[in-house]
Amino acid sequence: MSVNVNRYKCGYCGACVGVCPVGALELVETWLEIENTCTSCGICAKICPVGALLVVK
Amino acid sequence: MKSRYDVVVVGAGPAGSITAQTCAEGGMDVLLIEKRQEIGDPVRCAEGVGKDALIKHIQPDTRWIAAEVKGSRIIAPDGTRILMSGDAAMKDVGYTLERKVFDRVLAQRAAMAGAEVMVKTRATGLLRNNGRVAGIKAMYMGDVHEIKADIVIGADGVESKIGRWGGIDTTLKPHEIEACVQFLISNFDPGEYSEFYLGEKYSPGGYAWIFPKGGRSANVGIGVLGSKSGNIRAISLLSKFIETYIPQGRIVEIVVGGVPVTGPIKQTVTDGLMLVGDAARQSDPLTGGGITNAMDAGKMAGEVCIKAREKGDFSVRSLKEYEDKWRSTIGKEMSKSLQVKNLLLKLTDEQLNQLAHSLDGVDVSKMELGKLLTVLIKKNPRLLWGLRTLFK
Repeated sequence: MSVNVNRYKCGYCGACVGVCPVGALELVETWLEIENTCTSCGICAKICPVGALLVVK
Repeated sequence: MKSRYDVVVVGAGPAGSITAQTCAEGGMDVLLIEKRQEIGDPVRCAEGVGKDALIKHIQPDTRWIAAEVKGSRIIAPDGTRILMSGDAAMKDVGYTLERKVFDRVLAQRAAMAGAEVMVKTRATGLLRNNGRVAGIKAMYMGDVHEIKADIVIGADGVESKIGRWGGIDTTLKPHEIEACVQFLISNFDPGEYSEFYLGEKYSPGGYAWIFPKGGRSANVGIGVLGSKSGNIRAISLLSKFIETYIPQGRIVEIVVGGVPVTGPIKQTVTDGLMLVGDAARQSDPLTGGGITNAMDAGKMAGEVCIKAREKGDFSVRSLKEYEDKWRSTIGKEMSKSLQVKNLLLKLTDEQLNQLAHSLDGVDVSKMELGKLLTVLIKKNPRLLWGLRTLFK
């Protein structure tokens, strides 16, 4: 379970990091690191201001 | 970098830099780290700030003031305009900042006060001693270093990890964040007022803004409440807004950001740890403004750090003074704002128009926000019943 990041859309704002209930996301400069603790809950994808995240079940 | 400091501050935004500066001026040994290689960039902010709240901390400087604004204009869904210029003493007049420069200047002030600064340095975890927070692990150029400290300051913004690692759950729920996109628009004269467009018409659970940025340009943005984001995105609403209202505008920069609109959270300190600024969710839940709250909190946190060292007590009992202080100052305003925001969220666009029309013939231009709300409550007791005890 994970999320896919469309790197061509992502504005690396970190909003997704702040809402992740399990702390699975980390923003390093312009890229998002996703740990395998991701539960595919979809909150990050919902709130992404530019729609750069896609949940993978 | 040394292996031990009195205070380690994580994040060199306004909250972190002011905390670091205050601690350093108080004679403490301070390390300020920033995970990005450039402080202040990329920006995640609409850059609006009130003059009075700002000058408590720093004298305005043309290097980082992009524009001066004479007041605010609130625009109802049907286009009704409410102009607010603050009181006769021009109290509410403000600025649009150039955060890229402003944030760096604040970090430089911390450095000149004696704080060590490290950029491109990312906190990766906390150190503990007998269960208590005792420093951080930080990565610089691929290597992880252990840095001991009596107090760790989490000034790590909307994406804060420091609080969570320290056992304070700061996770934002979808209804506690505004998902925002902003374009710096050129080839457009925005006038001398900051504009706020309210209603579902512009944004579900948020608002659209136009903040003059100087030289025929403006920060034009839209925030959507996270719980209403998904099928509707801030970026598509903003593109539509600009096509409709500023068709001649040219986009010269894109800014993306999440703004906490939680209101005061229950806990911001634990043994050896304090949270400040967006990491402590101290942005105003109504306006989303967070710069001066962050600076106020940074100053308070720094002062409490100095006292803690004098006492030699870095436990929550000692650091709690910071929490009491911010809660009784900026926290009070945040609570009021949260109540106003929650009520606004329930109003339809028709009801917002009705509120705007109720001010016909009333000169609100010299009123502060509190006074304006008092008038609105008097004229619309039914709609605004829930706010009657807030503003007197």
